[in-house]
Amino acid sequence: MIPELGLYALVLALGLALIQSVAPLIGARRRDAALMGLASTTALAQFVFVAFSFTALAVCYVTSDFSVATVFENSHSQMPLVYKITSVWGNHEGSMLLWVLILSVFGAGVAAFGGNLPAALKATVLAVQSWIAAAFYLFILLTSNPFLRLANAPFEGRDLNPILQDPGLAIHPPLLYLGYVGFSIAFSFAIAALIDGRIDAAWARWVRPWTLAAWMFLTLGIAMGSYWAYYTLGWGGFWFWDPVENASLMPWLAGTALLHSAVVMEKRNALKVWTILLAILTFSLSLIGTFLVRSGVLTSVHTFANDPRRGIFILAILVLFIGGALTLFAWRAPLLKQGGLFAPISREGALVFNNLFLATSCLTVLTGTLYPLALEALAGTKISVGAPFFNLTFGPLFVALMLAMPFGPLLAWKRGDLLGVAQRLMAAFAIGLAAIAIAFWIEGGNSALAPFGVGLAFYVMSGAVIDLVERTGLLRLPLAAVRARAAGLPRSAWGTGIAHFGIALTLLGIVAAGTWGTERIVALKPGETESLSGYEVTFDGLSQQPGPNYTALVATFTVREGGTVIGTLRPEKREFAARQSTKNEAALMMRGASQLYLSLGDTNADGSVAIRLYYKPLVLLIWLGAVVMMLGGALSLSDRRLRIGAPKPAAKAALAPAE
Amino acid sequence: MTRKQRRLTLIGGSVGVLAVAVGLVLYAMSGSIVFFNSPSDIVEKHPGPSTRIRLGGLVKPGSLERGADLRIKFDVTDGKSDVPVRYQGVVPDLFREGQGVVAEGTLGGDGTFNADTVLAKHDERYMPKEVVDALKKSGRWQEGETK
Repeated sequence: MIPELGLYALVLALGLALIQSVAPLIGARRRDAALMGLASTTALAQFVFVAFSFTALAVCYVTSDFSVATVFENSHSQMPLVYKITSVWGNHEGSMLLWVLILSVFGAGVAAFGGNLPAALKATVLAVQSWIAAAFYLFILLTSNPFLRLANAPFEGRDLNPILQDPGLAIHPPLLYLGYVGFSIAFSFAIAALIDGRIDAAWARWVRPWTLAAWMFLTLGIAMGSYWAYYTLGWGGFWFWDPVENASLMPWLAGTALLHSAVVMEKRNALKVWTILLAILTFSLSLIGTFLVRSGVLTSVHTFANDPRRGIFILAILVLFIGGALTLFAWRAPLLKQGGLFAPISREGALVFNNLFLATSCLTVLTGTLYPLALEALAGTKISVGAPFFNLTFGPLFVALMLAMPFGPLLAWKRGDLLGVAQRLMAAFAIGLAAIAIAFWIEGGNSALAPFGVGLAFYVMSGAVIDLVERTGLLRLPLAAVRARAAGLPRSAWGTGIAHFGIALTLLGIVAAGTWGTERIVALKPGETESLSGYEVTFDGLSQQPGPNYTALVATFTVREGGTVIGTLRPEKREFAARQSTKNEAALMMRGASQLYLSLGDTNADGSVAIRLYYKPLVLLIWLGAVVMMLGGALSLSDRRLRIGAPKPAAKAALAPAE
Repeated sequence: MTRKQRRLTLIGGSVGVLAVAVGLVLYAMSGSIVFFNSPSDIVEKHPGPSTRIRLGGLVKPGSLERGADLRIKFDVTDGKSDVPVRYQGVVPDLFREGQGVVAEGTLGGDGTFNADTVLAKHDERYMPKEVVDALKKSGRWQEGETK
């Protein structure tokens, strides 16, 4: 009964979405308040029905109802409760349901919190949002019904793919989807502006908080996915330039560009057409990501099933939305009133620089991701484009971006003083150069690239600090004045500084862990010791331990530093009987921001085990940096001017908005 | 600066950055791309030791030999031809005889493939697409065998 109710709720949501796709548009045309108001009601109702449907599916998983095909395929009665819940989205059908759930959350969010939007704009935005929703409801109902019943219910499920049975998976997909799908709001606003043929600075104010929220989730989602891959896949890598990872990186790059260009539009009423285009492209890249991952074009851990019908359906959605949006853009964008041009040396000029490099680097990632697919389809040649390609193309562009990054916030709007900014950044240059020298000295002059990376990271970090010091008047003014200025400083300025600091932290982590990490791949017998970067790791022995739905082979290692025991590492190898599959659980030991990483390989006949032992200096900074970036975003999101929202009629913009 | 000059700066800058990016992409394409080959391709074409290759197929049952210091040897087969592979290190969890594998490295002068990376499938339902295609090409693939 519950699965049928879930399915029925989804069908009702589709019905609502179809109404919401058309009625508010007619309302906006005829200035009919009732028809326009309908959109908010249906958007909230859609959320209720999809949430019901999702809950119904979750109930099937929690109660291990194996008469439902997806539950049988992906769950097991012995699994811990948390994995029963996460396996709801650990498969194609359920993850698409999560996708539309999040879409409906955002739709309901606009309906509930968009009170200060002009009625016609709100109605149009919700209608466009509903087009996307309707397309994906149809996709689920026609090709990926998560509630499909089996004629004879089996007694036991086939278990969730072991490498997905992990706390990381519990958070990674929902965060990523919140990011992907969150950009749909920016897309809907862009399409609404094009339909309206009108766009102003207030538009950017409405779009920015949604984009910022989506960007924060995506940042955290990518970081989570990377950390999950790092400790689950057992070889200590945190980024593989896998097409599926690229699929999440591209919307992030475009979304970051969108955040920055929206600032220019809001402050200077310029870059309008470009911002609209970026909003369309960002969500298009999210759709491409969904297509790449869900269609079976790529094979990876993310590909749950290869059903060509699904691929073609998503491709159709993709063509319809991206093609339609770009056509609309080509047709309507020339009608939009162009903003002014501005001097290249200015804050807005720096933001254009940022956009140029982010967009170009996104383009290189897109090329590297799609080129092998195109080549295989056209010429039948199979190639693999890996890290060397992206290091050579994406790397230099991002370096240029980071070199310019500290300049941006210090430049004035309209007309900046490049020399003056360079003078104020003197300390940052000095710190960067000192960091290069120190890193070069520590390394012993083996490579110039790594010290340069370290220097770049320190330069960007000090640049961010200098910006905040300058703005608060620290070191210049008495403490009381500093406190007053710090309190008066817009939260978005704090956000900028903190987010820029965060990306530099990530860079530092990548460079340090990538260059100064050490590894040993050896076979050890009980009692034998291997040493690595000043740590001695002794293999004590193996033991078998039962888990809820697996048996684990646990190896115990004692770690010593300079002769004193500092802890034990217990990597595991879990055998999942239901899938006849194994999963590695690497053991991690934190040493400040650095980590010791140990994962098990094969056990040999002579009683020895193969191990991979890594020392990863400062590796935690990679993900910590992402968290810092997200915090910067959160601060910016809590900014007064976004919280209050834009003043209602544009003409009253000069009046100070009251709380 | 006049309006025209500003526009020219913007366009010039954009074109410049794009040109640099295109140059980087072309340069990277020429040097850092790895071609995928089935064992039959390797036996036929016998690529030189300077080309990096991805070799995909099944680990031939009975061919796996383990040596000292985590050295292993195994044959990769697509049912038509076999290529011996040398590797030193820890193989993935799901690396087994009779299972799909993708090895990356170069072909040595003696016809043995020196792998520096060995990838196996993620779970029992999934086979690397490249392996499936290689098996299909050699006619050893039965539809529905593995999903």
